[in-house]
Amino acid sequence: MGDNQVLGKKFCSLREDSNLEGQLPIFNLDLRGYNLSKIHQNTGTLILTFLYSMYKFNIEIISFLEKVNILNEISHLERFTEQEYKYGFVTDIEADEIPKGLSEDVIRLLSSKKAEPEWMLEYRLKAYRAWLKMEEPKWANVHYPPIDYQEIIYYSAPKQQKKLNSMDEVDPELLKTFNKLGIPLEEQKVFAGVAVDAVFDSVSVATTFKAKLAELGIIFTPFSEAIREHPDLVKKYLSSVVPVTDNYFAALNSAVFSDGSFIYIPKGVRCPMELSTYFRINAKNTGQFERTLIIADEGAYVSYLEGCTAPMRDENQLHAAVVELVALDNARIKYSTVQNWYAGNKEGVGGIYNFVTKRGICKGINSKISWTQVETGSAITWKYPSCILQGENSVGEFYSVAVTNNYQQADTGTKMIHLGKNTRSTIVSKGISAGKSNNSYRGLVRIGKKAEGARNFSQCDSLLLGDRCGAHTFPYLEVLNPSAIVEHEATTSKIGEDQIFYLNQRGLSTEDAVNMIVNGYCKEVFKELPMEFAVEAQKLLSVSLEGSVG
Amino acid sequence: MIEIKNLHANIDGREILKGINLTVNKGEVHAIMGPNGSGKSTLAQVIAGREDYEVTQGEILFNGKNLLELSTEARACEGIFLAFQYPVEIPGVSNTTLLKNALNSIRKYRGEEELDAMEFLTLVKKKMSLVELSEDLLRRSVNEGFSGGEKKRNEIFQMAVLQPKLAILDETDSGLDIDALRIVANGVTKLKSPENATIVVTHYQRLLNYIVPDFVHVLYNGKIIKSGDKSLALELEDKGYDWVIEEAAELV
Repeated sequence: MGDNQVLGKKFCSLREDSNLEGQLPIFNLDLRGYNLSKIHQNTGTLILTFLYSMYKFNIEIISFLEKVNILNEISHLERFTEQEYKYGFVTDIEADEIPKGLSEDVIRLLSSKKAEPEWMLEYRLKAYRAWLKMEEPKWANVHYPPIDYQEIIYYSAPKQQKKLNSMDEVDPELLKTFNKLGIPLEEQKVFAGVAVDAVFDSVSVATTFKAKLAELGIIFTPFSEAIREHPDLVKKYLSSVVPVTDNYFAALNSAVFSDGSFIYIPKGVRCPMELSTYFRINAKNTGQFERTLIIADEGAYVSYLEGCTAPMRDENQLHAAVVELVALDNARIKYSTVQNWYAGNKEGVGGIYNFVTKRGICKGINSKISWTQVETGSAITWKYPSCILQGENSVGEFYSVAVTNNYQQADTGTKMIHLGKNTRSTIVSKGISAGKSNNSYRGLVRIGKKAEGARNFSQCDSLLLGDRCGAHTFPYLEVLNPSAIVEHEATTSKIGEDQIFYLNQRGLSTEDAVNMIVNGYCKEVFKELPMEFAVEAQKLLSVSLEGSVG
Repeated sequence: MIEIKNLHANIDGREILKGINLTVNKGEVHAIMGPNGSGKSTLAQVIAGREDYEVTQGEILFNGKNLLELSTEARACEGIFLAFQYPVEIPGVSNTTLLKNALNSIRKYRGEEELDAMEFLTLVKKKMSLVELSEDLLRRSVNEGFSGGEKKRNEIFQMAVLQPKLAILDETDSGLDIDALRIVANGVTKLKSPENATIVVTHYQRLLNYIVPDFVHVLYNGKIIKSGDKSLALELEDKGYDWVIEEAAELV
């Protein structure tokens, strides 16, 4: 695995040795690109994701991500990798799974396991019934064998004794494990300025900084908790942006979503830290159905980071998330994603199907929603983070880097729906295709009748590495107001041999040269990312494109 | 420093270099002159390791190492620098990013410690003054939107930072006005030391007023047909190339 190049030796020795003991690997440190990048960033912050695969209880895998601030990342990590090898333990945590398949009974069971109120169950059942009548969309420029929805496990969570109110209540076995690894969970260790809502498969196990945020009236909690504790807010806004029947996958998500993040920023509050959730798909055959809802009340501001990784699996796994953003008057929401889910192997076997509905509404005047995404993973990506610009003078932005390599397929873009006067939107999309992959940009800009003075600027660039990949651009424009100004620019380019020779001549290897050129190409998007994500994104890109040129 | 023996090179099956012999020692400046299409730029690119050219015969030794076995980047790390005739634009990559990565790549190759951001910046500031480059150009994308003169100055600036053992200037004077020419040439002259060497590839004698060569070679039809000292350049300026070509023809 080229992914492990930086720490390859350590990783390999870890695996080999555990195999030597005549067992399946009892401990894997997941060192896919996502984590590597963290190790190398210079921000003094390190995010590690741990993956335990437990042989003993069939296959139960738990992951955890923790963010720690350390002075010397590399040396710490070396100590750390040695340490875990030394311990090589098995964690005795049972997972709680519902049998595979989908039916009203499964939904009832899921809802009861989550101790949900009746209205939530009703919501789910309504969505399920609607879903049954819908058809899977076929218009995207992606190809995959039919998904058997009855083969998917819709709920999997580490079994816990009771609901968790604080870190103290996290399974002691789990905590012991983390402590053994030298990564304590205590809040004081997590002082880097990011509150992490870590999602273990489906249940959010630990949420940090909650208390601090609560002082400001900010709600940052697992979705399941929000349903119980903030039902009014959830009822008011859930599906207000993405209706249950919006599309096939949104309906499915509404029926079975397991957890996710809920954020509410009260009037006039500027969230003092970047909020982040790391999703992870671990257990085999588990579909991950995340639900995220972010509400920024009048004059509020929040920046949210979403990072995703998944370990390698042979089967394709379905990920059908729904994200809804609501920005009221003068509110601003910045939503950044770095997605590095397993893309399948070089032959195109395995990988995540990432079918996601992300939409935000700028409800209030002068509100702003900004999507930034760096998509390097998933076998198939089908997602269009969109903005409904309803409030006057509201602003929507979409900055995207989508990388496809080997047999990956991506059909991604955005929709900017201008409803209010003087609404503005900017789209900057950078597609990079390598190997035999296909990368499509699909974007809609709609200027409504009443959207006097609306403006849009779209720039869609495609970069091809090699000659067996494809890049496609599908821009849709609907302009119903003559005062609107809509601009669209599109380019397709290849990395020039002249550029590579020039950089080679300055002492850089071809791989470094390609990375540098690609990163330069993506700069406009990277600069929109929070600093540490930007560093990570750059590293991710180089891992994703490894071996694709020269 | 560099020894080129009987070098033959093709591109697309067409022979461009037809037996080049050239030795450049430490501390020397060699000028390679010749009419268009004589193979001057090809020679520069073959030394640097451009893969489009196929070396069919001969060898190049660089400080005793067989250069032809090394990759382009390894040659750069060994200390060969080519100032491009047409410097390439790299959108989105700042000059400093390129230089820091290049310098550290070279240092790593040589087993030296990589420079951190502060050390690098200090070095860069020092070198910038050599070619009167504004700080603004450091932050801008490599060569993107640079004027012709700025591009050439940028090449010499990169050379100053990377401190090569052998610098090859490929038509660095082309497209420069007289002021830019003076700035570039001064930069090159200041970088000259008893430890490094320079090959100046040029059409015209005027650059050699500023960068004074120890040797002048005339390249014609893939071969060096005449060598001399700096007076040869003046003579060429005066009389053109025809007489040298005729003289060479008589010898054959």
